[in-house]
Amino acid sequence: MAVTLSEKAAKHVASYLVKRGKGIGLRLGVRTSGCSGVAYKLEFADVADPDDIEFESHGVKVLIDAKSLPYLDGTELDYTREGLSEGFKFNNPNVKDACGCGESFNV
Amino acid sequence: MALLQIAEPGESAAPHQHKLAVGIDLGTTNSLVATVRSGLSVVISDELGRPLLPSVVRYHPDGSSEVGYEAQANQALDPRNVIASVKRFMGRGLNDIAHRESMPYDFVDAPGMVRLRTVAGVKSPVEVSADILRALRLRAEAALGGQLVGAVITVPAYFDDAQRQATKDAARLAGLPVLRLLNEPTAAAIAYGLDNAAEGVYAVYDLGGGTFDISILNLSRGVFEVMATGGDSALGGDDFDQRIFCWIIEAAKLKPLSIEDARLLLTRAREAKEYLTPHGVAPISARLNSGEVVDLKLTTEIFTEISQTLVAKTIQPVKKALRDAGLSVSDIKGVVMVGGATRMPQVQRAVGEFFRQVPLNNLDPDKVVALGAATQANLLAGNRAAGDDWLLLDVIPLSLGLETMGGLVEKIIPRNSTIPVARAQEFTTFRDGQTALAVHVVQGERELITDCRSLARFELRGIPPMVAGAARIRVRFQVDADGLLAVSASELTSGVEASITVKPAYGLSDDEIAGMLKDSMTHTRDDALRRALKEAQVEAQRLIEAVVSAMKSDGDLLSEEQRVKLESCIARLQTTALGDNRRHITLAMDDLEAETKDFAARRMNRSIHNAFAGRSINDLEGGQDSSKSLGEPA
Repeated sequence: MAVTLSEKAAKHVASYLVKRGKGIGLRLGVRTSGCSGVAYKLEFADVADPDDIEFESHGVKVLIDAKSLPYLDGTELDYTREGLSEGFKFNNPNVKDACGCGESFNV
Repeated sequence: MALLQIAEPGESAAPHQHKLAVGIDLGTTNSLVATVRSGLSVVISDELGRPLLPSVVRYHPDGSSEVGYEAQANQALDPRNVIASVKRFMGRGLNDIAHRESMPYDFVDAPGMVRLRTVAGVKSPVEVSADILRALRLRAEAALGGQLVGAVITVPAYFDDAQRQATKDAARLAGLPVLRLLNEPTAAAIAYGLDNAAEGVYAVYDLGGGTFDISILNLSRGVFEVMATGGDSALGGDDFDQRIFCWIIEAAKLKPLSIEDARLLLTRAREAKEYLTPHGVAPISARLNSGEVVDLKLTTEIFTEISQTLVAKTIQPVKKALRDAGLSVSDIKGVVMVGGATRMPQVQRAVGEFFRQVPLNNLDPDKVVALGAATQANLLAGNRAAGDDWLLLDVIPLSLGLETMGGLVEKIIPRNSTIPVARAQEFTTFRDGQTALAVHVVQGERELITDCRSLARFELRGIPPMVAGAARIRVRFQVDADGLLAVSASELTSGVEASITVKPAYGLSDDEIAGMLKDSMTHTRDDALRRALKEAQVEAQRLIEAVVSAMKSDGDLLSEEQRVKLESCIARLQTTALGDNRRHITLAMDDLEAETKDFAARRMNRSIHNAFAGRSINDLEGGQDSSKSLGEPA
């Protein structure tokens, strides 16, 4: 089981962490809410929890709680630009059905 | 599909819950819009990656308009319908506008605010500003993928209420909810994180394209107070271009230029200025229509020399602002640089030398105001963790003030002021030799102390004995973002100080607040009469005090007959002052005043004769200082 960051995403996360001045890495996860079942969680991580599973991708530490991992296994987090907008995007192979907003999905 | 941003731990918003808010720097020359992405403030650029939007609007005969670079490009072509620098007209009447004869616009005088006649109809500055704001809103919505909940818009610290209101109206017209108007220097300070810094005084040096502003800010308990502002509304980066332009003409020994050649050289001058900052030497070459060829090298040394007087011109207002704030250079804890023109090394050096410290300049000086506004907007929009409710109060629900002599209320911070806010006012003593005074802090809209809610009392002791009205006591009210009120009083000559902290909204329900407001409306007329009576009573008391003390010190100037007459006048005034007939009190005061005229003149003569300063006719008249006075502690 693994979750990875694209090189571009890793670069952005690393620079955000430096500018933020604290944090050990990036926390990914899911929550049951949203218009389409579960929603992504994308946060800075300041501390690791006991049930966290850790990955390392392009030098960035990624923390995922054990319950969320099945929903995210195989996901690559990418950083893209669409028109004027730029930000992170989950490329998640588990998704069967996503809400148009991209913030929540179904497996 | 919206792209995601990284949130703070535990603060991931539910889908569609992240509130999109922006900060807008609505500038005279250029405007910007910024937002917070993944915890960082960033400026939103247009499709071509350009962060700035020139604050220029062009109107077409069909009523449509275009904003920004396209409009700017047509400025020379269609001067009457291309409106630039509209910020200078916001909230201003026709007569307020300087140099309007040199502007290409067709001004229309209108009540309140000037209008501009264009091919698309008569436009108010508010409408023109709204067109700029609308362009920024559309840019932000395209970039953020949703509707904005609101914006923080920056305004110069010296903007008055009319100019601020005009800015708010423009935002409403542009379909943009205003979360707050923020002072530009404060926004710059926030961008540098100074709001989290230790308390202290900061200077914000803002040299833009065509304007120069200096602001002195005092940060305490997370609230910025503007202590002084100054500047020059006709000094900016453009003047530096002009200096280079003149130097080119002289150095290349050019004949008088055609308009096209002049425009070309002015552009070359600006390019050279921008190239010079990172490179130290800038080549200038141009082939003019006249056939002449320009091939020069501008060095930093030459540029520094030819622009010396311009740089010096910015230091004058800085000195004045410091003087206005009653501060010296050593009181300034940090200097923030704003505006593209502050990139020039000679400006950096001059400011550094004046303040004897390296100015803060690691953020892009063109963007720093917008970045600070975005940070503030993000907080105000509520993109914070649950339970973190530090922005409970947005405005003060009831006025805050203090008790002056006679049980009257002097409002210091009016109702509906947005917080954080800080205001100060000077008061004075009521009696000769008064060494202590009572500060009674109240909340409410009514004129008399008994009808308002008492919040706190404290005393200021150790005032040096002076004649009534001579002491200068500065009382400062400050409400921080949590709605906490701190009141401090200090006597300015001796420096004695006292202070207290209260939470004004505590314990008042919405119903109570509504009740207090309703009361104030139904009692307005009643209150005004009662206030006038009280004021007359206080004045009478003050006059009696002054006459009695004058009689004590210079009683030998009075004949026995005069003394008896004066004493009977005083006694009569004392009795009428106890009653409730304001007219009788004023009449009795007039009598006493008439009776003392002769006495006052003689005292005056004596004091002049003795070349004895400090005692004057004003002592007898109760002091000419118009400050309200505060009573002694019971």
